This record gives sequence, C-alpha cells and structure tokens, in this order.
Amino acid sequence: MTSAQTLLDKLWARHEIRLREDGTSLLWVDRHLVHEGSHHGFAKLAARGLPVAEPGLTFAVVDHYAPVRNRDSIGDPDIARMIRTLEENAAHHGLRLFGLRDPAQGIVHVLGPEQGLTLPGLLITCGDSHTSTHGALGALAFGIGATQVAHVLATQTVWQRKPKAMRITINGPLGVGVSAKDIALNWISRLGTEGARGHAVEYAGSTVRGLSIEGRMTLCNLSIEGGARFGMVAPDDKTLAYVAGRPFAPPPDQWDQAVADWAGLRTDEDAAFDRDVTLDAREIAPTVSWGTSPDQALPIDASLPDPSALPAEQAAAARAALEYMGLSAGRPLAGTPVDQVFLGSCTNARIEDLRLAAAVLAGRRAKVPGLVSPGSALVGKQAEAEGLAEIFVAAGLDWVASGCSLCVGMNGETVAAGKRCASSTNRNFRGRQGLGARTHLMSPAMVAAAAVAGELTDARPMLEGRI
Amino acid sequence: MAGWSRHDGLAAGLALENVDTDQLIPARFMSIPRSEGYGDHLLHDLRRGSDGALDPAFALNQSPGASVLIARRNFGCGSSREAAVYALVDAGIRAVIAPSFGDIFAGNAINNGLLPAQVSVEAAEALLALAPCPLAIDIAARQIAVAGQPVLGFELADQAATKLENGWDDIDLTRAEAPQIAAYRARLQGQRPWVWPQTER
Ligand code: SF4
Repeated sequence: MTSAQTLLDKLWARHEIRLREDGTSLLWVDRHLVHEGSHHGFAKLAARGLPVAEPGLTFAVVDHYAPVRNRDSIGDPDIARMIRTLEENAAHHGLRLFGLRDPAQGIVHVLGPEQGLTLPGLLITCGDSHTSTHGALGALAFGIGATQVAHVLATQTVWQRKPKAMRITINGPLGVGVSAKDIALNWISRLGTEGARGHAVEYAGSTVRGLSIEGRMTLCNLSIEGGARFGMVAPDDKTLAYVAGRPFAPPPDQWDQAVADWAGLRTDEDAAFDRDVTLDAREIAPTVSWGTSPDQALPIDASLPDPSALPAEQAAAARAALEYMGLSAGRPLAGTPVDQVFLGSCTNARIEDLRLAAAVLAGRRAKVPGLVSPGSALVGKQAEAEGLAEIFVAAGLDWVASGCSLCVGMNGETVAAGKRCASSTNRNFRGRQGLGARTHLMSPAMVAAAAVAGELTDARPMLEGRI
Repeated sequence: MAGWSRHDGLAAGLALENVDTDQLIPARFMSIPRSEGYGDHLLHDLRRGSDGALDPAFALNQSPGASVLIARRNFGCGSSREAAVYALVDAGIRAVIAPSFGDIFAGNAINNGLLPAQVSVEAAEALLALAPCPLAIDIAARQIAVAGQPVLGFELADQAATKLENGWDDIDLTRAEAPQIAAYRARLQGQRPWVWPQTER
C-alpha cells in the first residue's frame, strides 16, 4: 500500500540516495548551477585538490557581477577578477560556461529554464536563494551556501532534511494589470517573512494553472522572501510546451520517455499538507512594498501604516523602516515621488514582464531615469525584435545588457543614498541596491507606471485598452 | 574544523528582527577572498557611520570581544551568501541566540561551527535585557546559563548538534557513501538518460 503523496514527496523520493538515522537525506543533484559568487565553493574544492564530480551536470553563468554597459572594458578590477575567476574555474574543470560574450548569457534563474537545463523532476541546486524559481517547472530546486556548493561540486550530492509541505492555493481570475508578483507580495505580506519557514511551498489552484510558465517562475522565485527554501508548481501541458525543443531539453528520441516519466509529478488527490493556505485572486490588487522587508507591502491604494496603531512587536520595526525609507506614517502610498526605476532581475525580467512594462510605456515618456535589463541576452534579443526595446528607449529609459545589476548592486550599478527606486526585484532590504538606497518592490507594470508618473501609482488606468 | 561543545563568553545584544544577510555583510564586500577575513565587514552599514568609523551608539560596538550575539526573530533571512556566516565567525562570534533563523543561514552556520541557538521570544527578550553579559552555552544540554538567572533552554536538531560538536565536514562523510552514490548514478543513467544533456541542440 502506498499512501497519498505530495509533489514534494515524489520529487524527494526520486533523489534520495540514503536516509540517515538522524533524519537527513543524501540527495542526488541533477543540475548544479554556479556563478561568480561560487568562488568560495571552488576554493574549498581546490584546497582539497578534488575534481568536479560531474562536469556534465555543472553549468557556470556570469550574472551577479556582469556589467550591463561597456562590457569590453571593465574598469573595476574586483569585478573583472570575480568574472575571470569563474571563467578560470569553468575552464579548469571543463564546465559549460555562459560567459559575458555568450549569446545566451543571462541571469542564472532565467537562463536555466530558457536553455532547457531546468526540467520537470530534476533536483537543481545553486548558491543563490532564488533557486526556488526553477520549481515552476516541477523541479525540486533550492539555494545552498558555499560549503554545500563545494560539497555538490565534489560529490554531486547534498545532505538535506526534508522540509514540511505547504500548499498555497490561489483560485479565481486575476484582475487586469495584476500579475504573479502581486500574488507573491500579497501572500508574503499576509503570512510574513517567516510564514513558510521550514516548508516547501507548492502553488496550486486555478489562478496558478492560468499563469504562464514565466508567471509561475516569478511566484516560485519569491518563495524565499516568505521564508520557504523551495517553491514548486506541478508540471502540466504548458510546462511541456515550454520545455520542448530547448537546447538542453531531452532530444526527440528520449522525449516520449521523458514525458511519461513526468506524468506522475503531481500531488495525489488525498495527500495531506502540513499547512494549507487559500487565496482569492480577485482580492489581489497591485501591491507595493513600503518598508525594508518584503512583507512590509500594501495594495497601491492603501495608506502607510501608523506605527503607534500597530502591536508593540511590529511598531518598532515599522517606525525604523519608515524612517529609513523617508516616509511619513499614515500618508497614502500612491503619490510617493520616486527618483528612478529598475526593470530587471530573475524575478521579473522575462519577455512577458517586458511586454507588460512596454504596454504601459508605449507612446509615453518617463519622468525619471531608469534602467531596463533583460533577464537574458536572448530575452533582450526577442524584446528588440518585438520592438519593446525601442519603446523603453523612446520613453527615456536606458536599455542595457543582461545581469543581476541593480537587484544586488555588485556590478557597479547602485542606487545612491537616499534615492528612491521603483524596482521589479525581490529584496527591499536596507542597502540592497546601494548604501542608503530606498527600494520599493512591485510588478513590471507598476515600475513602468512609476516611471511615467514619477511617483508610485496604480498601473491599471495606464493599461486600459492596451492589454 | 575543530568541534566544540561548551563556550563561555560575552554576549552582546542586537535588538533587531529580520537581520538579513545583506546587513550581516553588504554585497560590496563579497568579492574579498576569505583569507583576508570578513570580520571587519560584519554588520558594516549598521555599525558604522558614513565615514566608516564605528558608531559608539550602536550596542554591539559597546561590547568589543563579544563572542555571542542575541537578536530578535528571523535572524539571517535573505540570501544564501555564506559570507554572512564568515563575517560573524571572523569577528569571533561562536553563537547567535534568537527566536528564529533563516533556513539557509542556519545550515551555513552549522557548516562553519557557528551555533544558531533557537530560544523562545521570552528568553530572547530576557537575554536582551541583560546584555551585555557573560554567559555559558552547553550544546549537549541545550542550555544557556547566565550567573544569577534561571538556566534557559535552546533548540537545535540532533544532527546539527553532532556536527558542531565533532566539527565534521560533510565531504568526508559523504565520500564514505561512494558505492551507494555510484549505484544510484548507474540506475539514473538507465532510467532517465536525459539528465545528462548530450550536446546542445
Ligand atoms: S537577479 Fe538578484 S535575486 Fe536574482 S540571482 Fe541575481 S542577485 Fe540573485
């Protein structure tokens, strides 16, 4: 007799080599993605004189430090060194490198699915907490630290305790101009940054089924901001259509076998979750973060919180966040002037994100400067072919190359102290975009609307008749 | 890495929640090789003024030599950067006491001999009120003792405790599993050949 299983149970069982008495599993890793930040992991490997166990399953991507302008002359020696170190490690260990000049270069969590490296049923690790993104295709994907990176490089396995299972079901139609980003900010603001800690989140329900694969990636990407290391969506026909024909996808002679193998990757009808949460998509409005933690977010038509009206344990944090952000308690969120915008990152820089932003910007001018960085060079190429890049440039925004860029401020681009940035990224932590920078997280449509208005504003009226 | 089971040291308070990894080590310091040490960059932008000098008003700066940190909930949330743990370890911190931790951070901490001691909210607040204060930590007993105060318990999974106490390195442990890994790999190659992409198409 086999009892009903969750998608997590099935993915876990597929990869479990051994379950130790103490409850930790040794898991096989199908894909290990490394980037410049993995230098500590490579250094640990070198210190032991070990080779990479599976160079054919290890893929290197230049993204975190990738300059998005003037790539041919990198001025900052630290940035140049970080990129060179990855190039050298990839060459030394015989890894496929998606380097700065590769036509497919991009952010690791955009590139993986785009290249067909991310497949249903695979276990994927990367030294980056947003690795949960890949779960959108029905993979078991999670971020790991440098010691674990070294461990995967050396053994192609990882020790991990199985998380608890949590399901977030979202049903109903999404409003026009409301996207996966708003769903994510909505649940995180309701449940808090620890709402899903210790859990793997499976996203289910009619709204999730209705999302494109890109939208599902955005949803899974932000799992970590709600505390979950894993996010996943069961594969369906959309997943198959997305994967088919991609460069590293199963070749035609293995395709049918692969599809058959993936067919069972869904939660059984009667399977029980440790936690079940249900949301109504109709209640979700465009959502914007106002503070310095991703759960400090509100619908665009709301007013900023008044710390004196909050429970004591939240009041101090809210007061500190308002002060850092230069905002006054109780004022409406809409109308807050912004200094600049950023459209990019592994959260929201895929083609449909750029399409939505372009729908807002077409025929309009941005009142503030901004950067548009596609999630990958291929997304960039497609955006140029579709005329989206032209729209961004005509609006007065800078259209640049692909990389993490202003999401994390490692490539030389930063937001200056005290400046306010409307951003399609994932973290509004103090200083994330630069020392003293003030970040507001929101969807690409909302970023575009903020650019046009020069202030935080509802994108929906600007989208009327356009999508 | 050397294991440890007991520690006596000075505990400093960091009365903040959601101390994320970007606070623990800002991104701009992350290209530094570990050999140079990360300790000076710990909590850089919270501890220092815009001129880079230590801010005397910041509580942590009033306890030089502290080897234990007491904080509020969700300590170490955010990115997977292990450099956040390096910054703590290189600054001489052996344990962080808080009501909860970011998952990836807690795992990284264990891998570097840093104890993430999970206590109740009440216990964390009680300790914050006492800080700075000397205290003693006993991993096996899962206890924190401050002179003249009731002993406090903390939570830590058994396998994490074993690793900390023995200073074990997973790579050595895993290499003992090589035959099982090889058998799994051979099975996988037969069952799911597409896991190894042939060539790009
Ligand atoms: S875009 Fe931002 S969140 Fe995504 S991988 Fe890069 S740094 Fe990490």
